[in-house]
Amino acid sequence: MSKTIRVLVAKPGLDGHDRGAKMIARSLRDAGMEVIYTGLRQSPEQIVAAAIQEDVDVIGMSILSGAHNHLFPKVINLLKEQNAEDILVIGGGVIPEEDIPKLKEMGVKAIFTPGTQTKDTVEFIKNNVKK
Amino acid sequence: MFDKEKIDQISKSKKDWEEKTLDKVLSRFPERQEEFKTGSGEKVERLYTPEDIKDLDYMEDLGFPGEYPYTRGYQPTMHRGRLWTMRMYAGFATAAESNQRYKYLVENGSTGLSVAFDLPTQIGYDSDHPLSEGEVGKVGVAIDSLKDMEILFDGIPLDKVSTSMTINAPASALLAMYIAVAEKQGVSADKLRGTIQNDILKEYVARGTYIFPTEESMRLITDIFAYCSENVPKWNTISISGYHIREAGSTAAQEVGFTLADGIAYVEAAIKAGLDVDSFAPRLSFFFNAHNDLFEEVSKFRAARRLWAKIMKERFGAKNPKSMMLKFHTQTGGSTLTAQQPDNNVVRVAIQALSAVLGGTQSLHTNSRDEALALPTEDSVTIALRTQQILANESGVTNTVDPLAGSYYVEAKTKEIEDEAMKYIDKIDELGGAPKAIDRGYIQQEITDAAYDYLKAVESNEVVVVGMNKYKSDKEPKQELLKVDPEVGEMQKERLIKLKSERDNEAVKEKLEALRKACEGDDNVMPFIVEAVKEYATLGEVCGVMRDVFGEYEQNVML
Repeated sequence: MSKTIRVLVAKPGLDGHDRGAKMIARSLRDAGMEVIYTGLRQSPEQIVAAAIQEDVDVIGMSILSGAHNHLFPKVINLLKEQNAEDILVIGGGVIPEEDIPKLKEMGVKAIFTPGTQTKDTVEFIKNNVKK
Repeated sequence: MFDKEKIDQISKSKKDWEEKTLDKVLSRFPERQEEFKTGSGEKVERLYTPEDIKDLDYMEDLGFPGEYPYTRGYQPTMHRGRLWTMRMYAGFATAAESNQRYKYLVENGSTGLSVAFDLPTQIGYDSDHPLSEGEVGKVGVAIDSLKDMEILFDGIPLDKVSTSMTINAPASALLAMYIAVAEKQGVSADKLRGTIQNDILKEYVARGTYIFPTEESMRLITDIFAYCSENVPKWNTISISGYHIREAGSTAAQEVGFTLADGIAYVEAAIKAGLDVDSFAPRLSFFFNAHNDLFEEVSKFRAARRLWAKIMKERFGAKNPKSMMLKFHTQTGGSTLTAQQPDNNVVRVAIQALSAVLGGTQSLHTNSRDEALALPTEDSVTIALRTQQILANESGVTNTVDPLAGSYYVEAKTKEIEDEAMKYIDKIDELGGAPKAIDRGYIQQEITDAAYDYLKAVESNEVVVVGMNKYKSDKEPKQELLKVDPEVGEMQKERLIKLKSERDNEAVKEKLEALRKACEGDDNVMPFIVEAVKEYATLGEVCGVMRDVFGEYEQNVML
């Protein structure tokens, strides 16, 4: 039996919209994953520290404020600095289509925009998490 | 409204109808669904008759518009007398760019301004704070000091427009800046009309831009009530908001219940601070959401009006009728918009706006079709504003007051939502009031549970969302989206450096010190904040002093 997938659901930046983060957190938990939710206003440093401390396999970040181009890459870079690039990083929120290729190029493995079925996110994590 | 004999007769006839007429049809043509539900997941009956409203007393429960319990409207002529204020929430990037958008909206028939601030401003950080990085100018305009505020309202006569500001934790500082700008325009504070949102409780629950702990936040709010009743008497000192509670996933009845429970907490805090209920209650205003289920939404607005009137009269002993009138702003439901086939959102917004108008709203923001993707473009905003103008001028729904009154369904639904909301208020009372219920996470948990139920219903296709889980199309048209200049953050930082080199830094220090003393003591802090911002103390400095003295709120993280 493979070990349970551990996920950190995080809200980077100052954005207070946490419905999406909470919904994805609950859905992943219902799908059998262990989920840690950070709550609001996390700096990239805090998110990476929590991810390493909690030994998670996945970081899922949600941003609806438009700060994704700034905050997602910061998390990716910090993970690299800490030799924790094996953690799968995914994101969601109000993120324009045209921003997605660049975010992926930087190392965000998938971006889930409004209307995504949670089962698709679950599948993606299961298929892409490094075991 | 009906005598018992009539009701019995109707009840009997209904049974006959079911046996003779209905069953025959049902056996050959079953209904499309086992059960029909509202947008909030409440069961809807096949048919409503006088039987469903047999306990309704016209004079007691409905009455006349402009009279207690205000079910039919807070004012006797409603939209025949004056249309609602068409108030489009806007703001992005710099003060100068937002100022242009406001002027555009006013030129196109917008009748009130509504300022959106960026997140650093809403959380009391200057643009050069480390946590502000990446957020400056994104979801609203960046305001660091009175200098920015002067530019924001440049050329807009503040004695002519009414301005709503979506600002909560640092509401006192932004109101102080508004008063200072007006003074520079030669407009005295007693002429200012507008609203600050100033509703911290829903920030803890649903919106997230809190700064200070509960008790200190409540003090700031009651300080504003007291200051404005003396100095800015036409200002709505709070907009008690169900909007964000609904956006976070609540049902319609929860939206009413939780919002009015927050309202009760503010009234109690102000009374405890020594204010007379009738001195501040007339300036309380409300802010609700409008979702797609037309009749449920109309019923919700009517239920909220009736319930608040009763609470103010019976619970708080208000004497002034104005204290009992629930006046509200409405915004259409952002969470109902789809990123897929975004033009469909124009139709959703029209239905939602219709519910607000039929429900008797005092002002309305209509969302733009592209808001599930980004901030709206000028073209999208124009369609949203035109939607209101079509409702106002072409639909005919404004010709009579409360046109859906007397509908068996709407009256039954109004009562049902009122009763359901009251149950939540009772439960919150049991927990010691809204602030305590929030600290325990009760309200957050209820909302998250409702949101999760809805998510499951959508994902199982029990609830259809056109273009998203049904009637999908593979080809999505390319959208022109609004882009905020990423340089805004740098520009604001430079402006701050310049400001700090030009202002009288000694005077700033002195005023901030005076503010600190006021925060530590019992004095009303408002006059001290006004003094400080007039010397161009920055928002971050003013809130920094308060952070030092009051501390910060710690979120109750729960799933």
